[in-house]
Amino acid sequence: MSEVKEMAAKQERQALTGNEAMALAMRQIEPDVVAAYPITPQTEIVQIFSTYVADGLVNTEYVPVESEHSAMSAVVGSAAAGARSMTATSANGLALMWEILYIASGTRLPIVMPVVNRALSGPINIHCDHSDTMGARDSGWIQIFSENAQEAYDNMFQAIRIAEHPDVLLPAMVTTDGFIISHGMEIVNTLDDKTIKDFLGTYKIPRNLLDVDNPITVGPLALQDFYFETKVAQADAMMKAKPVILEIAEEYEKLSGRKYSFFEEYRLDDADVAIVVLGSTAGTAKVVVDNLRKEGIKAGLLKLRVFRPFPYEELKEALKHVDVIGVLDRSDSFASLGGPVFSELRAAMYDMETRPLVTNYVYGLGGRDIDLHMIEQAYRELLEIKETGKVDQYVNYLGVRE
Amino acid sequence: MAEMLEIRWHGRGGQGAKTASLLMAEAAAAVGKYIQAFPEYGPERMGAPVASYNRISDEPITLHCSVENPQYVAVLDSTFVGSIDFTAGVPDNGVIVINTTETPEEMRPKLNLTNDTIRLFTVDANGISEDCIGRAIPNTPMIGALVKATGVLELEELLEDTKVKLEKKFRSKPEIIEGNLDAIRRAYEEVKGE
Repeated sequence: MSEVKEMAAKQERQALTGNEAMALAMRQIEPDVVAAYPITPQTEIVQIFSTYVADGLVNTEYVPVESEHSAMSAVVGSAAAGARSMTATSANGLALMWEILYIASGTRLPIVMPVVNRALSGPINIHCDHSDTMGARDSGWIQIFSENAQEAYDNMFQAIRIAEHPDVLLPAMVTTDGFIISHGMEIVNTLDDKTIKDFLGTYKIPRNLLDVDNPITVGPLALQDFYFETKVAQADAMMKAKPVILEIAEEYEKLSGRKYSFFEEYRLDDADVAIVVLGSTAGTAKVVVDNLRKEGIKAGLLKLRVFRPFPYEELKEALKHVDVIGVLDRSDSFASLGGPVFSELRAAMYDMETRPLVTNYVYGLGGRDIDLHMIEQAYRELLEIKETGKVDQYVNYLGVRE
Repeated sequence: MAEMLEIRWHGRGGQGAKTASLLMAEAAAAVGKYIQAFPEYGPERMGAPVASYNRISDEPITLHCSVENPQYVAVLDSTFVGSIDFTAGVPDNGVIVINTTETPEEMRPKLNLTNDTIRLFTVDANGISEDCIGRAIPNTPMIGALVKATGVLELEELLEDTKVKLEKKFRSKPEIIEGNLDAIRRAYEEVKGE
């Protein structure tokens, strides 16, 4: 680690909100085009970015549009024309982009979009949960979750490189937890503009609409004879993103000294019981793990960073020694077999010779606070399951009134 | 600082409780601390009760849940007395600073504050801000009072960082910057304990 630190670029220690950190990352990326609809449920990210445009700090074409559907449509157009293109959204805004999310991925356009995770109405709610992003899990976008403002900042640059990699060419969303991270101020260590520019390189996609010497068709009709193949090609590109994600994480670690992978393992090596969780709750759970370890309880944590592509082989390997796993989902699938992280992880473990027992906790919907006591309660229940060897209930609602 | 500090700010929409927590966090960050500042968001409107929070530590902070047991509480509006229990969750040896013209001895019975280990301070932050800034915006003097009552930062550290932050925001209004710094200094001097 000390060697890495010596190699790391000089960094500035700043107090920033998650939104400020992501807007700063966008300034350093300096995309050619940003399109956004400037009203709730849009985020402060593009609002801050628009001041950079107005102040002449970035050479970006800023396109104010009339809806989120139009924002995504505009960046699909500019990305197809060969411009590095970004937008940002949240909650119902992402829902309104739905149709065009699939067109972006199906057209293989490496658009990068910060998503501030907030609940979907109704009833009307503006606080954190993952229902917005989880609904888009089959839209063909890479999905990278962040625990805090630092990770949100770091993930933005890596997402650009992953999305634009010639083996991948897929759009990517980088998420943070609404309000908890987006509006909370924390310490963020930032890299200088030149280091970022060198890391990102020049935007280049193999084909674009404005390359008149090599004309192409974008968005053609592809019926029974070709549609299926394009979808399999997308699935293939998503699989190919896996080694690219690791390769770019390693390169970024050399600049920043900060290590990234598909997930972070926290005191997991010798854990008897473990929680798997996305986003900011992982930070709170780390404190619970430390407290339980002081009591001699072998508690561990796995914080999932990359949800698409879903790293099922690596997850199985990391969790195979654990006796009981509790998967925390901040979204529900309403009478499916648990939330999305739970059902996918549980399915991935089906063919293991010795399977951990696994149960699901749906928590924090609409921003319901998840505190140390609730997470500790979940760990204590995992210990009970370890004793009895039996999972009585697949889906538990954590922190809800009975 | 041996352990993590938690602060809760109570105010009404428009009084600057959120800004107070941000300025506090930035001042602590400037001297190398790890910090968090986050408001409690709801249907905010001018005059409605709002709360805002800080965590300050020498070590990185990973907690991302709400603050339940703040050691320090700053109350920007004394008209909350009787309607909002801003003593909730305050542990032994905690500190509560209230913006009021009354003394701590006069305030204590009104709060039904029976825990004698909790120290009560008062300061006329409205009066100070009216004198120094020309408007009753009690947030910056309350930071000064809280810093004096708790020793969480040095006064000079606070003034230096606040000056930098305000210079960015009020480039064209130097009188606002000086007024705020004076308000912090005066509240630091005038805050009364029991």
